[in-house]
Amino acid sequence: MMAMKPHRKKRLLAIVFGVLAVGAVVGLVLYASSQKMNLFVTPTEVQAGAAPTDRIIRIGGLVKEGSVVRSETSLRTDFIVTDRVAEISVTYDKIMPDLFREGQGVVAMGQLNEQGIFVANNILAKHDEEYKAPEVLDALERAGHPVDRSDKKAEGK
Amino acid sequence: MHAEFGNYLLVLAFIVSVSLSILPMYGSFTGNQFLTRTAKPLTVIFFVALLASFICLVYAFYIDDFTIRYVAQHSNSLLPNRYKFSAVWGAHEGSFLLWVLIMSGWMIAVALVGKNLPALSYSRILSVLGMIACGFISFLLFTSNPFERTLPFFPIDGSDLNPLLQDFGLIIHPPLLYMGYVGFAVSFAFAVTGLIEGEWTSTWARWTRPWTIAAWSCLTLGIMLGSWWAYYELGWGGWWFWDPSENASFLPWLSGTALMHSLAVTDKRNSFKGWTLALSLSTFSLSLLGTFLIRSGVLTSVHSFTNDPERGRFILMFLAIVVGSALLLFLTRSGRVKTKVDFNILSKDMFLLLNNVLFVSATFIVLFGTLYPLIAEVFGKKMSVGAPYFNAIFPIPMVILFALLGVGPLLNWKKHNLSKLKKPLLSIAVIAVALSLLSTWLMGDFYLWVLVGLSLSLWVAISSFYHLNLMTRYKKTLAGKLKSLTLTNIGMTSAHIGVVITLAGIVLTSFYSIEKDLRMAVGESKELAGYTFNMAEVKDLRKENYQATQVTFEVFQNGEKLFELKPEKRFYLAGRQIMTEADIDAGFTRDLYVALGESLDSTGKVWSVRIYVKSFMRWVWLGALFMGFGGFIAMFDKRYRKLRSKNASKIVAEA
Repeated sequence: MMAMKPHRKKRLLAIVFGVLAVGAVVGLVLYASSQKMNLFVTPTEVQAGAAPTDRIIRIGGLVKEGSVVRSETSLRTDFIVTDRVAEISVTYDKIMPDLFREGQGVVAMGQLNEQGIFVANNILAKHDEEYKAPEVLDALERAGHPVDRSDKKAEGK
Repeated sequence: MHAEFGNYLLVLAFIVSVSLSILPMYGSFTGNQFLTRTAKPLTVIFFVALLASFICLVYAFYIDDFTIRYVAQHSNSLLPNRYKFSAVWGAHEGSFLLWVLIMSGWMIAVALVGKNLPALSYSRILSVLGMIACGFISFLLFTSNPFERTLPFFPIDGSDLNPLLQDFGLIIHPPLLYMGYVGFAVSFAFAVTGLIEGEWTSTWARWTRPWTIAAWSCLTLGIMLGSWWAYYELGWGGWWFWDPSENASFLPWLSGTALMHSLAVTDKRNSFKGWTLALSLSTFSLSLLGTFLIRSGVLTSVHSFTNDPERGRFILMFLAIVVGSALLLFLTRSGRVKTKVDFNILSKDMFLLLNNVLFVSATFIVLFGTLYPLIAEVFGKKMSVGAPYFNAIFPIPMVILFALLGVGPLLNWKKHNLSKLKKPLLSIAVIAVALSLLSTWLMGDFYLWVLVGLSLSLWVAISSFYHLNLMTRYKKTLAGKLKSLTLTNIGMTSAHIGVVITLAGIVLTSFYSIEKDLRMAVGESKELAGYTFNMAEVKDLRKENYQATQVTFEVFQNGEKLFELKPEKRFYLAGRQIMTEADIDAGFTRDLYVALGESLDSTGKVWSVRIYVKSFMRWVWLGALFMGFGGFIAMFDKRYRKLRSKNASKIVAEA
């Protein structure tokens, strides 16, 4: 090291610094991605107990016909999401997106509580009634319902 | 007629772009002067053809020509004229025509302004731009032709423009955004040409700089408008969602910011050449990646344009070709543009290097978060990445960046003796922290992030003014001081102050905003942050192309009536779509935001209501204005003009 020329030393420093920087960024990203990502699960998987209860997840499916119950005094809405095989109760106490309808697709973010009820903190709004989120189609498909994905009306919205 | 004419013009533009990609490039290598010189006329024809084609589409919208599929799907005879105009780029096909038109606009700008580049490089740059344009226009012609007919069974009326897009913000947001995205094609073309010629000197950087700054400024303003639009139009009161489509524009912005700073070093010090080249190539590649993400529909997003896998495949292929050949070129040729690294740890060079490292890290963080769902899907898992991921780690490189930004501009190139700077820097830091403590105390609740954010904002802002003062210390009068500043200095200071105004806005609005979803009936009052909102009246409205329910809220403060807010729930007749129209009272220190949810009972007098008091919301966008206009100022610096005239005289002398 004694004999190292100044510019060599600088280069070495630069390399060490670069490696450290890359390591720090990769480490941060991996840490955050292990903690902060939201797994998508279907009602069938929830029923099978495959869904984590200690973190925020996303569920998707159809809002079951006749299942929507609105509170008389608050904004609370209870409804059932189904993939036509399994069902899961969802509760939500904020403003529903405009396109929330019985029989329509829905994606909810939130957490499962001890009673197995899904407490949503966000219901995803879709801007187009014709448009079904890929997640919803996927949930239906995984539950064994073939879905026609060639819905061209979804174009351009 | 106009549809066929528009279509022919697109075909013509396609042929011209193919010629432009081949002829001048071939000519420049074989010494065929005639072919080399075709670059400019071809560019002009390309631009004119696209402009005329675009006008054809505008005309089709204007006269409600529903025999054209695109018009029939995205317009309606009831649509007000100004929205018929913006409906032209309201959906995929038309917006891509606008995209290509803007591309040709940049090309003709290069052709006209860059006349004084060395003749061979000039032709090659236009030729490289022609290749990119060729890719875009074949995409338009083969997968997304806006002039396709619905004949013989055309609809009597159109199915209407998505009501979300019937809005002023959407008239200007896409054009500006596209100018930013596509504008980076220019620095890309400069870099590719530099690599082809095996030369990348400070002169090249100086040629590239104003173009990069111009594209960056447009992108900045485009993103800002998008955020503002989302805030008032989506009815959720959010201004940034880390949505894939937002990230798609944010990625080239981050990378482009790094590029601007790296170009400054290459220009002034003739170093960082590899960095600059790599950033030029990657910034435009990220633009293309963003295009792919948005237009292929692979990611669920608030405005996925389309779910057509064919389009996705096409862009992906184009992306692969562009990135692949750029990378290949870089790997094989960049060895020729050696840089001698020669600077101390304490120097402007070093701080700009750190700026680059941090911006690249930030780009990577956002890129990873955006692409992760796609990667996970390959492994059979459905994951989504939302705000928690980005909010957890994106601030880290930003905090370091802002801390360095208070020092970097004050340093000399190559090396700096800190002894003279120590004292002023220390006082600036003390003042910044003290003022931030005072402000958080005035705001009431204490949050560490607010203290950090405000301290960094003030640190950079004060240091920027100190820097201005330092640069003009030999001038006595204010007028003299102002005159002695270059446009680069003014633009840079404006952008730096802008970014910390945005930073301050972000921390303040994130921590001090109060947001409530409420159930309210007519006659009921609710208090929020010292304001009383009284739900006074429910009214039905009938407008040109929609019906609406309008609820009037009276807003009181200290018992005094300030004004009324009238949010609406609209029902658009043609498309049978429901829309939430928030009403906002914008202010310098706070926005009052009221939006309607839905009617909760049969009488129509009880509604779910969203009432927000958003602190310092405007600052987020105000800062972006400073950044964007700072860029527009800096790009007109004499420095770039001087080069041109000097170069021109050199060419004249050579001839």
